[in-house]
Amino acid sequence: MAEADRHRPPADLPLTPAQTVGPFLHLALADPALRRPALADDAAALTIRGHVVDGDGAAVPDAVVETWQHGGPFTRCATDEDGSWEVRTGRPVAVPTLDGTPQAPHLAVSVFARGLLDRVVTRLYLPDEPANGHDPTLAAAGDRAAALVARADGPGAVRFDIHLQGPDESVFFAV
Amino acid sequence: MTDLHPFAPPPADTNPPLDSPAYRSTATRHPTRPLLRLTPGLTDPTELTGPVFGTDDVTPEDADLTRGPGGEAVGQRIVVTGRLLDGAGRPIRRSLVEIWQANASGRYRHRGDQWPGSLDPNFTGGGRTLTDDDGTYRFTTIRPGAYPWGNHPNAWRPAHIHVSVFGRSFTQRLVTQMYFPDDPLFFQDPILAAVPAGARGRLVAAYDHDVTEPAWALGFRWDIVVRGPAATPFEAGADG
Repeated sequence: MAEADRHRPPADLPLTPAQTVGPFLHLALADPALRRPALADDAAALTIRGHVVDGDGAAVPDAVVETWQHGGPFTRCATDEDGSWEVRTGRPVAVPTLDGTPQAPHLAVSVFARGLLDRVVTRLYLPDEPANGHDPTLAAAGDRAAALVARADGPGAVRFDIHLQGPDESVFFAV
Repeated sequence: MTDLHPFAPPPADTNPPLDSPAYRSTATRHPTRPLLRLTPGLTDPTELTGPVFGTDDVTPEDADLTRGPGGEAVGQRIVVTGRLLDGAGRPIRRSLVEIWQANASGRYRHRGDQWPGSLDPNFTGGGRTLTDDDGTYRFTTIRPGAYPWGNHPNAWRPAHIHVSVFGRSFTQRLVTQMYFPDDPLFFQDPILAAVPAGARGRLVAAYDHDVTEPAWALGFRWDIVVRGPAATPFEAGADG
């Protein structure tokens, strides 16, 4: 097999393009059970609160924020009128990449909204986590790394605001 | 973890750019800084896995949007079916598909939708199902109406159904919209037009007389294709 062929996907079906969730996403994407999924270990629960804001600093009341971590659980929360969202999940643990590179504990985060023609993807890292100093993705974010780290917000809780645009724009990844 | 693998990046001509000025709401909501690449690449088990939903999460009734509390929803009854596949053509089995839509009048049952289209007490407009062992999903619903919006003078959205799929992995997560063939409103819709021209047709279902049920419902077929595996020497010989 030629080298070029070995790198080609095994089939080549054209992918379905993304579209915005639009303003009425609550009809299907606001199941309250997914804001507080059952946890294997309630002692390791993590509450995450935040706002989604646009480039003018205005609240985004028609967004949905999803979090995922290896092994679960999955959470999803639509924003309120003031752009706020809150979920309760398990505190993430450190998982290395497939090639064994150590990483700091983090969640993968998707944000969908009216006005977003595709989701945007970021990560949430924990505050006061020593492993953050050795995480390769935080290092690659350079002087923007702080935007990937949640702020402590009381016992077992953190705050993680998402700025779609503007001087405090969140760090979004190509995945 | 041996079943985890890298994903092929989406070709550049697949997705709409987040900065699409004709769709005015993108103006203050699209990121302005380049998307950052994960380091060392898309190799994190977090992004390579995703939630699994099961039969506890979905009832058969969830796939039929036409049966309201007081009887049948008003409008043209349709069946929408197709397969959820990855880019390698493999069916994605037992995977959650969620839909939401306007009713036959083009009105959403949502407090944010106040245009003078009529509401239907027997149509809530949300549904979900799991794909079967062939990757096939199937919904019974009402053909949605078009509706006006404020994007530009006399703006109307073409009839569409919102669709959310998970695939097997965070990387495959996709929210999109399915349109109906030959809709005369396509020409002025900036949301569909934001998709690169060569990919727009992938969002339009096909009328399929083999799906149409006699004396019951018109049939439409629409496959959904999400990211597939990258073929790399690393996984050569792996069970495909």
